[in-house]
Amino acid sequence: MLTPTICRMKVKAPRLAAAALPGQFLIVRATEKGERIPLTISDYDKEAGTVTIVTQQIGASSSEIISFEAGEAFADVVGPLGIPSDFTEMPEDELRKKRFIFIAGGVGTAPVYPQVKWLHERGVAVDVIVGAKTKDLVIYKEEMEAVCDNLYLCTDDGSAGFKGLVTAMLEKLVNEEGQKYDQAVAIGPMIMMKFATLTAKKLGLPIIVSLNTLMVDGTGMCGACRVTVAGKTRFACVEGPEFNGYDVDFDEAMRRQGMYKAEEVEANEHHNCRIGRGK
Amino acid sequence: MANKIPRVPVREQDPKVRATNFEEVCYGYSIEEAQLEATRCLHCKNPRCVAACPVSVKIPNFIAQVAAGNFAAAASVIAEDSSLPAICGRVCPQETQCEGSCILGVKGEPVAIGKLERFVADWSRENGGVKPEVAPANGYKVAVIGSGPAGLACASDLAKLGYDVTIFEALHRPGGVLEYGIPEFRLPKDKVVAAEIESVKALGVKIETNVIAGRTVTIDSLLDEEGFAAVFVGSGAGLPKFMGIPGENLNGVFSANEFLTRNNLMKAFRDDYMTPIHAGKKVVVVGGGNVAMDAARTALRLGAETTIVYRRTENELPARREEVHHAKEEGIQFAMLTNPIEIIGDEKGWVKAVKCIRMELGEPDESGRRSPVAVPGSEFEIETETVIMSLGTSPNPLIAKTTAGLETTRRGCIVADENGATTRPGVFAGGDAVTGAATVILAMGAGRKAAAAIHEYIRNK
Repeated sequence: MLTPTICRMKVKAPRLAAAALPGQFLIVRATEKGERIPLTISDYDKEAGTVTIVTQQIGASSSEIISFEAGEAFADVVGPLGIPSDFTEMPEDELRKKRFIFIAGGVGTAPVYPQVKWLHERGVAVDVIVGAKTKDLVIYKEEMEAVCDNLYLCTDDGSAGFKGLVTAMLEKLVNEEGQKYDQAVAIGPMIMMKFATLTAKKLGLPIIVSLNTLMVDGTGMCGACRVTVAGKTRFACVEGPEFNGYDVDFDEAMRRQGMYKAEEVEANEHHNCRIGRGK
Repeated sequence: MANKIPRVPVREQDPKVRATNFEEVCYGYSIEEAQLEATRCLHCKNPRCVAACPVSVKIPNFIAQVAAGNFAAAASVIAEDSSLPAICGRVCPQETQCEGSCILGVKGEPVAIGKLERFVADWSRENGGVKPEVAPANGYKVAVIGSGPAGLACASDLAKLGYDVTIFEALHRPGGVLEYGIPEFRLPKDKVVAAEIESVKALGVKIETNVIAGRTVTIDSLLDEEGFAAVFVGSGAGLPKFMGIPGENLNGVFSANEFLTRNNLMKAFRDDYMTPIHAGKKVVVVGGGNVAMDAARTALRLGAETTIVYRRTENELPARREEVHHAKEEGIQFAMLTNPIEIIGDEKGWVKAVKCIRMELGEPDESGRRSPVAVPGSEFEIETETVIMSLGTSPNPLIAKTTAGLETTRRGCIVADENGATTRPGVFAGGDAVTGAATVILAMGAGRKAAAAIHEYIRNK
């Protein structure tokens, strides 16, 4: 457990680990009767044949995932899904001319890690801003420090690092400290990515965001993940999950994320009472 | 050639009762009913039914065995050509294939070939099943992408020829559209689909679920690194189409694929599964194919008052007659000559109504069907909580994009000749991935042809 509600686990999936690249995700099903849950890949070890995932307890299905003990197995793990990050396709000498700033929010810090690591291993300059509600909810601090040039922590209550939002930190770095970046990448809650995009736009900084939409199959078949990007409907699972932040209709994406909220509440109550009965 | 016996009707669940459950609609024939119906076959010298069957089941031969009470022998006759008879007996469009060419149909009712096939398959499954002959292992490995009808048919034929066949399935359960698309009330999953897949596995076919071709593995890695001598791509139809009208991304608008997948594969209709599904009190389904009927009848069973909106008339509905008939019996409303032009949302972004326009039929289009034309000024609104778009699919580009030398058509379908050979040697394809959305039996036919072509290809290598 990284925090009381955020859990990190390594999953044995050799074929998936061998094929995984930064920016991609996978889908797990905890049990035979569970949902298919998309999770961004937080790390992968091609030799050991494992992938790392990080889950935050939100609803009934994520509770099921984090209740697993080491040695237990998911009913299903499938991936890697989605298109890898754009930079994995770029020539390395060109990449080294660029300076990246990653903006990570909450559990979104985990999928930022493999991207930063990938760039760092290739000698690309990378800074990272990590935001969390409070000090105890900061994850991946040491891991991230090891693979980036500068790590800037922000907490809402000031218990660690800068007191304030990641967007304020980004503005401070660029406007007050004169830091220059060529590319921003934001991964975190939809609302954070929306405001990170607005800030980046103000600073004239290109920004990529990774959309954690609803999904069922994750292979383009259901269309639950559709988002409006540059006025066109796109499927986040096969055409994303990463898009140019400037083009994304975040308000629609946030609304669509809440599509099954009523059903989720019901499932949660059901789940809790099932747990209650078990004890 | 007097044949005085009328076609034996098949028993079905009462429409009022079945509208509230997911049990199978049709009960199928009893032994007595099947034998009586089988006596109606005229045993034509040149049976047109066989020619009209995409997998050429020897129909008069199996029907003769049914009439004689030799049901196991009847099952063996079918098994020579079809690996999924209990499925085909339930979901094939017999009225346009075997039964559509039955000579009895000229003046009266054709032989109920589909119901007889279903009877034989069900009887056989309940009585130990057929054990087809499998040739000794020949040492060659063949990969099959997708465990839907095309993949299963291809894999079965290859396994019988002695190949070591592995099917790679992207989802967590095998069956493809049989599992995620066609509802339980038409095609029971555990009793029929899982059982027929078990019989394919009994031939020695291996199925690996959770493997996405183009992501987890590629066609190239299967051929070059994993030692497969050939690959068959039966990856299915792909991405759902939407209309491109305003309001389509409102909450409460779903593709039929999503709605059906949640209910069928993910079993949202069952309390013991965690899958959420949103139907509400009123549902509008847009489209007129079998998938639209399935989505509408599913919504109805989840408790919604359901209307099918289609821009042509009932005569042009592409769905099977039987499905339309069943849908009507169950109380689905049909709004024909009606086309949605906008989906209207409430202040929270949820669907509130569909704005439609009346249509009339104009001149025939390239498909030969009279094309619908909007009647100016005829806009009206249908109140609804949910809209399900059932407008067909476009091919999934993943495999074509990640496989060198695999050509696709302008519409994105994989290019393959009549035997399934693609532009890449050693790679064969068939089913919806090649033709665009079609039927289970056409996909099976394509899978069988490709199996023969793969056998030929490997023997000549």
